[in-house]
Amino acid sequence: MLYREAGQFRTSYEADQQIFPIRQDRIAFALLMAVAVVGVPLFASDYWLTAILIPFLVFALASLGLNILTGYAGQLSLGTAAFMAVGAFAAYNFQLRVPGIPILVSFLLGGASAALVGVAFGLPSLRIKGFYLAVATLAAQFFVPWLLVKVGWFSNYSASGVITAQKIEILGFVFDSPVRRYLLVLAIVALLALAAKNLVRSRIGRAWMAVRDMDVAAEVIGIRIMRTKLIAFAVSSFYCGVAGALYAFAYLGSVEPDAFNLDLSFRILFMVIIGGVGSILGSFLGAAFITLLPILLEVLLHGGAGLLGLNLSPGTPSMMQLVVFGGLIIFFLIVEPHGLARLWQIAKEKLRLWPFPY
Amino acid sequence: MQFFLEVLIGGLLAGVMYSLVALGFVLIYKASGVFNFAQGAMVFFAALTFVGLQEKFGLPFGVTLALSLAAMVVLGVLTERIVLRPLVNQPQITLFMATIGLTFFIEGLAQLIWGTEVRRLDLGIQDEPIEALMERFNILVSRFDVAAALVAGVLVAVLAVFFNKTRIGRALRAVADDHQAAMAVGIPLKQIWAIVWSVAGFVALVAGLLWGARNGVQFALTFVALKALPVLILGGFESILGAIVGGLIIGASEKLAEVYLGPMIGGGIEGWFAYIMALLFLLVRPEGLFGEKHIDRV
Repeated sequence: MLYREAGQFRTSYEADQQIFPIRQDRIAFALLMAVAVVGVPLFASDYWLTAILIPFLVFALASLGLNILTGYAGQLSLGTAAFMAVGAFAAYNFQLRVPGIPILVSFLLGGASAALVGVAFGLPSLRIKGFYLAVATLAAQFFVPWLLVKVGWFSNYSASGVITAQKIEILGFVFDSPVRRYLLVLAIVALLALAAKNLVRSRIGRAWMAVRDMDVAAEVIGIRIMRTKLIAFAVSSFYCGVAGALYAFAYLGSVEPDAFNLDLSFRILFMVIIGGVGSILGSFLGAAFITLLPILLEVLLHGGAGLLGLNLSPGTPSMMQLVVFGGLIIFFLIVEPHGLARLWQIAKEKLRLWPFPY
Repeated sequence: MQFFLEVLIGGLLAGVMYSLVALGFVLIYKASGVFNFAQGAMVFFAALTFVGLQEKFGLPFGVTLALSLAAMVVLGVLTERIVLRPLVNQPQITLFMATIGLTFFIEGLAQLIWGTEVRRLDLGIQDEPIEALMERFNILVSRFDVAAALVAGVLVAVLAVFFNKTRIGRALRAVADDHQAAMAVGIPLKQIWAIVWSVAGFVALVAGLLWGARNGVQFALTFVALKALPVLILGGFESILGAIVGGLIIGASEKLAEVYLGPMIGGGIEGWFAYIMALLFLLVRPEGLFGEKHIDRV
């Protein structure tokens, strides 16, 4: 009843090409943004902001990056965290060594540095595919953190390897409280998500999908494989790099190689799989799911143990988390390979006919 | 020169241990086309089950071994039933991601059952130099490493006989060549897959015992599997011989690089050297040393 596009005619190319062609979607999205910009800062506690919302947005950006590479261009990568690390360390060093550089510029330059590294590790993708490539990207995951630890210059010769990130300050305005940092991260993520949405429906995005579906066929119809794959690696790593910089500056408050381990790479891959491979919305849904799941599990476990009077050993919750994560991945791959994004789509189709299905 | 030989031999013997893990990957890949990322988790699960059973019941070595093997078979059969069967005919990359999920599941399950503390595993072989070699050639070679290499050699020989001479082995090879053709001549695909996963579980058990005795049974055991991946790339996914040769190359060059190259660039390069080497190698030969060349058609 509510969600019906009958009577909405698109009479111009602009109307036909907009991101949300249906009015209800536009209203819903505007409401969502209003809640995110006005509602959340008004009502969310500091715990919610620092422990849930900021990491959610950062992870969403990172899985957006991985989704561009894996979901759209079809190149599986297990080195996401390494590219994030490059972004974080590059942003730190630009702040440190270039006097008076605006922090947003160093975030962007951090992303650009990650893009360069991404292209370097993407080069093998021209010759190898599938899991050979996945294993090859693991090389980045092991090599980059090692390099960041071994070469003291990157961490400004800090003895512990953990360095405090600089203050985030834009035009004299300091982003120190959780609310301010949240708003900054929100703005950056929203802008980059908009860019990604437009990118994947542009010429290059269509070329990515052609390469993903069958690269030989794509080559036959005149798509330059090398350029397309390398651009995918560059754009994806750029997103991951910016996400890494935000992770270090806005979430952790410190820059350290250990934060960017293989586990983080896997976690972001899980976000992409559960959220929906090849979907912008899916990256956000997946990130929300994976960020909230451990908290939910914790509550359930402790609640359940309290009710039953059981005594949990300290390792149990994290082990349960592994089991549930693994089980969920398998479950999603079997039942809904396109993830939460596809479920949302199905829900919308159902909603169109509600409450009077045929 | 002596030192070089010592490092080389040590590296080769360590390489045999890598091959042992890589072998499990190859077995499953050959028979089902699944790149089983969970092999490392299976190694961990096997070792932990063995040690846990030993601790809990104190049964003789053979009985504990048989019980752990039974556990691995159950795990293999359940994996085939629950994970792989619903995913038949999905793209390979989907199956790969499913095994990543399986990795997490098994790692969590193993530690839920047996706890998280580091355990010692004693196989009764000392990790000390062999005296005869030390006296005659003045080379230090660990007795344990040699024993592990021998076990690996026996295992490979047994597998080779199993694959080439037995009825099931031939069926496995037929399935590896072409699923549909194998089914057409009456080979029960599901059964074969269950067998392959059980055999891979057995290999994981052997690898888990050897690695566990060497480094202690702990979560870090799963990282050994990550070391086996470059071995696979180097040797080619489809070849048992490739897994052995790849393991030897990686093991030897890794140790040599650590000793001779390491001091120059700051040490600790063992973690990634194998990967970078495999990566460079892939640029030259994308299908690995003994892998099959793929021809893409539109």
